[in-house]
Amino acid sequence: MNLSYLFDAAHWDLSAPGGFPQLILAHLGYVALALLIGTVIALPVGLWIGHTGRGSFIAINSGNAGRSLPTLGLLMLMVTLLGLGLTPVLIALTVLVIPPILTSAYAGMRSLDHRVVDAAKGMGMRPWQVLFKVEVPMALPVLMSGFRSAALQVVATATVAAAVGLSGLGRLLIDGLAVNDYSRVLAGAIVVAVLAVLLDLLLALVQRWIVSPGLSGRAQPRSRRATT
Amino acid sequence: MIQYLSNNHEVVLAALRQHIYLALLPILIGFVVSLPIGYLGVRFPWFYHPLVNVCGVLYSIPSLALFVFLPVILGTKILAPANIVVALTIYTVALLSRTVADGLRAVDPIVTQSATAMGYRRTRRLLDVELPVALPVILAGLRVATVSNISLVSVGALIGIGGLGQLFTRGFQLFYLEPIIIGIILSVLLAGLADLIIVLIQRAVTPWARFQRGGGTA
Amino acid sequence: MFRIRTIGAAITGIGLALSLAACGADSDPLAGDTKGSGSAAAVTVGSANFAESELLAEIYSQALEAKGVTVKRQFNIGARELYLKALQDKSIDLLPEYNGALLAALSTGGVPENISSPTDVLAALKKVLPAGTEVLEQSAAEDKDTLTVTKATADKYKLTSIEDLKAAAPTLKVGAGPEFQERHQGLKGLESVYGVKFKEFKALDAGGPLTMKALVDGDIDVGNIFSTDSGIATNKLVVLQDPKNLYTSQNVIPLIRTEAKTDAVSGALNAVSAKLTTENLTTYLAKIQVDKQDSATVAKAFLKDNGLA
Repeated sequence: MNLSYLFDAAHWDLSAPGGFPQLILAHLGYVALALLIGTVIALPVGLWIGHTGRGSFIAINSGNAGRSLPTLGLLMLMVTLLGLGLTPVLIALTVLVIPPILTSAYAGMRSLDHRVVDAAKGMGMRPWQVLFKVEVPMALPVLMSGFRSAALQVVATATVAAAVGLSGLGRLLIDGLAVNDYSRVLAGAIVVAVLAVLLDLLLALVQRWIVSPGLSGRAQPRSRRATT
Repeated sequence: MIQYLSNNHEVVLAALRQHIYLALLPILIGFVVSLPIGYLGVRFPWFYHPLVNVCGVLYSIPSLALFVFLPVILGTKILAPANIVVALTIYTVALLSRTVADGLRAVDPIVTQSATAMGYRRTRRLLDVELPVALPVILAGLRVATVSNISLVSVGALIGIGGLGQLFTRGFQLFYLEPIIIGIILSVLLAGLADLIIVLIQRAVTPWARFQRGGGTA
Repeated sequence: MFRIRTIGAAITGIGLALSLAACGADSDPLAGDTKGSGSAAAVTVGSANFAESELLAEIYSQALEAKGVTVKRQFNIGARELYLKALQDKSIDLLPEYNGALLAALSTGGVPENISSPTDVLAALKKVLPAGTEVLEQSAAEDKDTLTVTKATADKYKLTSIEDLKAAAPTLKVGAGPEFQERHQGLKGLESVYGVKFKEFKALDAGGPLTMKALVDGDIDVGNIFSTDSGIATNKLVVLQDPKNLYTSQNVIPLIRTEAKTDAVSGALNAVSAKLTTENLTTYLAKIQVDKQDSATVAKAFLKDNGLA
């Protein structure tokens, strides 16, 4: 295993085109935009289905249906249709992140203890108060786990953008492969994996911060933690 | 579209056949390997967190990188389909061992205790009680792994072995939509069919789940 | 216990189905692993990842099949750097090559000076071929790498040859396959031979539609397009001349592992090379690129039209 490419200082120059900083930036840009658009679309739909119980069929099955769409094929289709640019990548990656977010939003809402919701109603909360003050906060742990798995997946998959002439860390894989430079491919794989781990840690911190201590079990003695 | 299919049915069928093989063999191997690994994560509680973390990291390695690197590690030929099979097996194991561990951990202690009280020893209790109870969770994980494997195989086309993915690269090199669309449709249908088969197996082997609604299969 | 056994049975069933699928397939996916035993087995034909290479590989394959040779197709492998490796690890036995580009790839420090005619290139190439490989007879069909610009760009910067690019290049973007960055017949040679250094390199595809589209759409200013590409004429593009012969002669030639070279194989392929010309290659390639016919049909037509099958 040859790490020379990874540790070559010239590749870490901020201004070097094709250097790590620029590739990481482009990569994170794809990931962030895809997650943002995916969340904006999937979260309300998932919450609504979970809240009302209407259309559960869609929520349950869209997960696997979305996952089964091959990202590479979708990307190549979009580039063939729309030409080079950011749009095709975003479409392909957004399709990838919608299912886990939608499914987990739904599952989070469904897993709620109905007694709590009834109690909230009994206290005189309005429907939107029940939703945002009780249901959503309680669904957060499940929701966040779906969001984290979406993030993990999209970080690894965003590399396919390079296969259609776009940027991101996939460039290291595709270019390294094309010129038979394994050191570069290895560097790309390592940076992607590290990026994924860091992002997951960051999201874990966010989760700790936004999920109520009463739910995550931190306010309870260790032995009584929920297994989910 | 129809014309493309009739002119190229041999190419398409060969691609489909390779796709099925490359996607499902890893599922089979991965499932068998994950059961003991997942069990270890339950049997030895200290092992659970490292297991989850290692699986997370493995799952975040880009598939293309894995396809390219395995020949270096395994000494296989660079175009050997074995590279794809091993890479997808790694993803399957990464996904399933965690699910197996989670499934087994979620078994109600009361159930385990009752079984123990009835005289079940550890191995028989595991096989006859805990595993069947954990099955819905494990099979839900298997569905995810199967479907994502079927979608991942196509990435192999970037190095010349990718089942239906070859239709993508072929179409892409000519800016020709038909093969790409046919590839996507077949890939989705294949995933749907595989998913359905697992659901049917799940129904057959967990008849009790039909009586208690919402058995926790998210 | 019953349920576990059911699952066991299901797994066995799937396994059985898989092994049956594998046996029934004429393209046994795992066969690549076990072959190379030296029996008069199949010949594996490879190709690079662009349409013309695949067409030529398909023509070779069908010509071999017409002579009773069993052929396995392993097309679309990737760039030269990758498929040469596949040839050396015996994943493939032969594939279509281009004499000048292959020579440039195999010569360390670039192509020797003053080599440009097809015969000179072939002679030089034979000296540098990797052990265990050889080339068969080369064809008259040429497909050069070119640097190509749109009419508008050519007018704007007054470009007719690569030499003229020297002044304009620092403001221009060039697009090509990723391998172009590292090749002598790419950015390296452009800089050392012509002193041309571009503002930016964009990794696209090897003379494929992506580079063509990027060039026409103005995403790049200069594209590495193959001279047989029918898009040059359709889009009224300007091919820049190459007075210093950075891109030496590029005749289509089969590259083969010596172990796979039998009389039947070389006979069939030499017959193909004898019929291939730049004109007919361009015509048949257009059937794929423009008319979207598949390579098997076009290859069949080529062989039939030339009395080879």
